[in-house]
Amino acid sequence: MLRLLLAGGILLGSWLPVLAADVLRLATTTSTDNSGLLRAILPQFERQHGVQVQVIAVGSGKALKLAESGDVDVVLVHDRRAEDAFVAAGHGIDRRDLMYNDFVLLGPRSDPAGVRKSSDVFDAFRRIAGSQVRFVSRGDDSGTDRMEKSYWQRLAIPAGGNRWYVSAGLGMGEVLMMAGEMQAYTLSDRATHATYSARTGLEIVFQGDPRMFNPYGLIAVNPRKYPQLNHTGARALIDWLTGPAGRAAISAFRPHGEQLFFVSPGN
Amino acid sequence: MGLVDATQAALLLLVSGDAELWGTVGVSLSVTLRAMLIAMPLGIAAGYLLATNDFPGRRLLIIVTQGLLASPTVVVGLILYLLLSRQGIFGELQLLFTQTAMVIGQVLIALPVLVAFSLSAIQGADPRARETALALGAGAPRIAWTLLLEVRFALMAAVCSAFGRIVSEIGCALMVGGNIAGVTRNMPTAIALETSKGDFAQGIALGIVLLLVALGINSAFAFFQGESRR
Repeated sequence: MLRLLLAGGILLGSWLPVLAADVLRLATTTSTDNSGLLRAILPQFERQHGVQVQVIAVGSGKALKLAESGDVDVVLVHDRRAEDAFVAAGHGIDRRDLMYNDFVLLGPRSDPAGVRKSSDVFDAFRRIAGSQVRFVSRGDDSGTDRMEKSYWQRLAIPAGGNRWYVSAGLGMGEVLMMAGEMQAYTLSDRATHATYSARTGLEIVFQGDPRMFNPYGLIAVNPRKYPQLNHTGARALIDWLTGPAGRAAISAFRPHGEQLFFVSPGN
Repeated sequence: MGLVDATQAALLLLVSGDAELWGTVGVSLSVTLRAMLIAMPLGIAAGYLLATNDFPGRRLLIIVTQGLLASPTVVVGLILYLLLSRQGIFGELQLLFTQTAMVIGQVLIALPVLVAFSLSAIQGADPRARETALALGAGAPRIAWTLLLEVRFALMAAVCSAFGRIVSEIGCALMVGGNIAGVTRNMPTAIALETSKGDFAQGIALGIVLLLVALGINSAFAFFQGESRR
């Protein structure tokens, strides 16, 4: 029995990636992973540099926390204020604007709260609150969650605690499925919505307000804080993504014929 | 935040009566207790019938029940999700992402445990108890009661085992409950969420409560099992 286990272990071990130096750990928001972007563009980098990129897809808040405690080598997140604070505190270096997309407000086709008639994003949120139609919030401290909370804050509407306000504590894809099931409204990044729209049946009921702009930043974890991390790999990934090959790959990522991420100008 | 700081903050949350924390504990206990109230009579009755009656397909039923003991909770969650979703057979009931859905899931997970354990408990009962009851001219309900009373400790062990399995279960609860704050967020799903948010204090505090509940239940299980073997 023991021998069998041993043989199994060796067999399994031989399939696992070889050395730790060849592994690069990237913590990122769920949107880059759920939308399929990373799966589409990273293999090219992995082949060129002989590095295996392990993607840990969590909310932006958690991604930065992972980086802060030295559990990953590099982060790709969307929460500009938190990113700047992260760099200012000495946890990360070399922050670069990578790409952007935008947030869209989704709802059932029937649009019971009349959000399609909104003049701007605040008006849209006010209509939802006024109608008492359910709104599903990420509630997981992610970049999307913080963006949504900032709208309620600007409107001085204490959304949490209301019956119509559903704080899900789930990733973007799961929240979209839930909003579809509940025929509720929700805020999503455009990329994840495009991937899930066929399954959820939700439609964009409001978009295009400049305040729904969603920039993604790339930050390497400070090597002086954690010398044992794979900083060379992090540097290579940042250079590749912001270089011509990475930019071309991001622009070429059009899962349903629709471009979901746009490279930031001037990097 | 280091582990020490987080643990300190967790203890503070526990003693300060943090509303969110105890609300989550309340959801867990309320859902699991309701599930047990439904599953207990069903499971024990099914176990009793399987143990005391012979009918075609009985052996197959026993094998299926024992197989279901190992059913992964996420698969139960998946099937329930498909049934309760808007496109599912029971979609019109709008039960997905409610506590009721969580209760149903936990009943389904607890049932095989209760049936299998009470079956073996009743089969292992002293046959003289049944014979005595029969000889005294007792009716079927009276015989059942005598027999169940005879193996009460083994039945309590079955109940504890089922309770322990569903109170700490996360797969099904997360899928059909949806981890909605204040509604379907129970201890296991909250711990997973707080960890994913990097808010370890809440996670540790809930972990302590869940651990205590599980320890208490399993100690009770061990006690009843010891009593039943005397």
